[in-house]
Amino acid sequence: MEDIGIVSYGGYIPRLRITAKEIASIWGKDGERMSSGLGVYEKSVPSIDQDTATISVEAARAALRRTNINPLDIEAIFIGSESHPYAVKPTGTIVGEAIGATPDLMIADYEFACKAGTAAIQNCVALVKAGYIRYGLAIGADTAQAAPGDALEYTAAAGGAAFIIGKEDVIASINYTYSYATDTPDFWRRAERKYPSHGGRFTGTPAYFKHITSCAKGLLEKAGTKPEDYDYAIFHQPNGKFPKKVAKILGFTSEQIKQGLLVPFIGNTYSGSSLVGLASVLDVAKPGDRIFLVSYGSGAGSDGFDITVTDNIMKLNRENAPSMKEMIDDKEYISYGIYAKYTDLLYWE
Amino acid sequence: MREVAVIGIGITKFGELWDKSFRQLIAEAGSKAIFDAGIEGKDIDALYIGSMSSGRFIGQEHVGALVADAAGFSHLHIPATRIEGACASGGLAVRQGYLSIASGVNDIVVVGGIEKMNDVAGASATETLATAADQEWEAFFGATFPGLYAMIATRHMHDYGTTKEQLAQVAVKNHANGAKNPYAQYKFEVTVEQVMAAVPVAHPLGLLDCSPVSDGAAAIVLCAMDKAKEFTDKPVKIIASGQASDTLPLHGRRDITTLDATVHAAKMAYKQANVTPKDIDVAEVHDCFTIAEICAIEDLGFVEKGKGGKAVEENITTLDGEIPVNTSGGLKAKGHPVGATGVAQIIEIVEQLRGEADKRQVEDARIGLAHNVGGSGATCVIHILEAI
Amino acid sequence: MMKESVARFWREIPQRYNIIGNKCTVCGRVFFPPRESCPYCRRKSLGKMQKIQLSGKGKIVTYTIIHSATEDFEDQVPYPIAIVELDEGPRITAQIVDCKPEDVKIDMRVESTFRKIRQDGSTGAIYYGYKFRPMR
Repeated sequence: MEDIGIVSYGGYIPRLRITAKEIASIWGKDGERMSSGLGVYEKSVPSIDQDTATISVEAARAALRRTNINPLDIEAIFIGSESHPYAVKPTGTIVGEAIGATPDLMIADYEFACKAGTAAIQNCVALVKAGYIRYGLAIGADTAQAAPGDALEYTAAAGGAAFIIGKEDVIASINYTYSYATDTPDFWRRAERKYPSHGGRFTGTPAYFKHITSCAKGLLEKAGTKPEDYDYAIFHQPNGKFPKKVAKILGFTSEQIKQGLLVPFIGNTYSGSSLVGLASVLDVAKPGDRIFLVSYGSGAGSDGFDITVTDNIMKLNRENAPSMKEMIDDKEYISYGIYAKYTDLLYWE
Repeated sequence: MREVAVIGIGITKFGELWDKSFRQLIAEAGSKAIFDAGIEGKDIDALYIGSMSSGRFIGQEHVGALVADAAGFSHLHIPATRIEGACASGGLAVRQGYLSIASGVNDIVVVGGIEKMNDVAGASATETLATAADQEWEAFFGATFPGLYAMIATRHMHDYGTTKEQLAQVAVKNHANGAKNPYAQYKFEVTVEQVMAAVPVAHPLGLLDCSPVSDGAAAIVLCAMDKAKEFTDKPVKIIASGQASDTLPLHGRRDITTLDATVHAAKMAYKQANVTPKDIDVAEVHDCFTIAEICAIEDLGFVEKGKGGKAVEENITTLDGEIPVNTSGGLKAKGHPVGATGVAQIIEIVEQLRGEADKRQVEDARIGLAHNVGGSGATCVIHILEAI
Repeated sequence: MMKESVARFWREIPQRYNIIGNKCTVCGRVFFPPRESCPYCRRKSLGKMQKIQLSGKGKIVTYTIIHSATEDFEDQVPYPIAIVELDEGPRITAQIVDCKPEDVKIDMRVESTFRKIRQDGSTGAIYYGYKFRPMR
């Protein structure tokens, strides 16, 4: 079988953080209880000059810094996000221009709630496999919005990760991918609305859990593997509770999910969520490590990936860009007032 | 080249002149200058008007003709030209008038300078002043005009140990002089403590390190020296006019703390006048910010490079100092209606050389210098005048 | 405010996104933004200016902290602005981010980062470009 997969990767998390406690204090809630209930202690916040385009560019540049790939050989850029800066006008062209990949390439922005980034990876894999492109760049990034006072406000975060997909010097082969989707309206944002709406507890069992478990089982069957065959497992992480619970249901251990579980420290980066987890795993992965990843996008669907780390990872200049841990540790806390100002919660004319 | 003299001066009060329009201001300054010179409309060969940004401040370009019309000269069809070089617009207009007479083309010209800055909101004034900086490569990235001079100050402090107190002393001195000037916007004194405690604008500069937003106009009448005696007993001769340019953005300069345009314009002027910095009895320098005066006295050669802060501290530039600088109060206290400034500086020097500066009079002043800068130093124009 | 055409910003994208400058192949001097000719070699340099990608790494020559900004930047005050000398030589004016304003110092090493610089109101285009941050 031809090796197709990840050739390089890069992540980006903005420096600003707000604690669940600070948010809770504004809304008259018990911060400790919110934190332990959600399994999220603080979340990353974009600075006033950051958006999905800037996060995508930083992640893509980090991926390029780790290799010697000529950006002009990137022949496709797909960016998955639910916070593209423009409703109409691609984020991908901004990224393509900023990494020097233009103009001979295909570009498109994707949207499928929190799984648009994994959809971007699948499409890059397909195009490489079909021989249409040499390298594809798949990005999942978001500056997630949450209505003031909504439960989502404790988790909706900013960040993203970029993956260069190809078949030369592959550092992590994508052995199998499998997707599962149904029409399940658990979470949505209507056109021209600023904040998303959701179905409360309906987002759990019939949505997140059903799609992830169904996708995971389908993938295990396709790959002929069992949970214990994997060194790492990553599940979409809307909060700290769900991924732990779904791992348990599927038979994965907390040890397997630990490295990829970033949500307690940065929150839910939506389209970036499972992908920053994958970037964190790749930061420490050794040749031969096997990675199981299942994303989830409301609406709803899951994309699963069976990945094997190759010997090439030792040749990748991982140190040329900061690790996810370094970015998680490099932080500055802000107050709710500054948060409100930076995330455009304040309106004035 | 013919010799040129200033035979008339006229100035409006500088300040927030809510009840005065652009037209009224220039007409007032112009008629005062014309009366002072004792000339009539038919004697005027040309008008030169310095205005930085009438287009943004009052939404009106084509102010050369507007000024001629406002002055009541429309039926005389006098050639009228507007000159622009940011904050040096006034000085440049003086130079154009000077050159037109020196060359023999004109005999008598009126040079006006004006800015009506308070007809737009404060933020728009800040934005308009920032157009003196490089829009694409400075202002676009968030640099303000005070920000550019603040960066000069930061580097000056780093390289020469200049202190915030020394910067403040420039303001203290200029306010003390301004308090003696009936046309000044700020006729009050300030202390070093007040300047240092003022609200920050662009670190290390605070509000009292900055010249204000002002309305005002100034005008002078220039005349060929050989005809000057027909109109006045005490013409003041322009013995040199120097001008130089430099990169538009501050970051392109050879040295952040040296305004090479000043150095070169000064060299040109000293050579033409056949004088040295030591011969200057009184100087009006472009102190749009306190640091600008410190750089100016260094770049004009009054003190050694890097010693400007110390010189101010040692009171060398006060009214009774070795080289009195900005006896009018400078841009800092007199006010800075940008297009008017370069012309107003000439007026202060003329008053000093005529011995008419009243409480601001520098004893035995015979040679004076006016130094007008555009932007963060991309344009500089210098005139040296001598009492006859 | 006057409505500006997006063309004015669009044509500077290579410089603003990627710090692309140029080099005089006669004397070797590097410029940013790119120049039509070299001010030192002038006519000899015509047609001999070569595009180059600058590293985006450099050091702070001088700086200020803006407290009173123009309307576009009012919601960011206080923010540091610096003149950065790039390792290839050219100097560039830009905001310093990812640190406290008081941590900015002369000679500090910095690297470029991709940020939103300004936007044409809430309905107009968003303009991206370089800012600098302390070198990691």
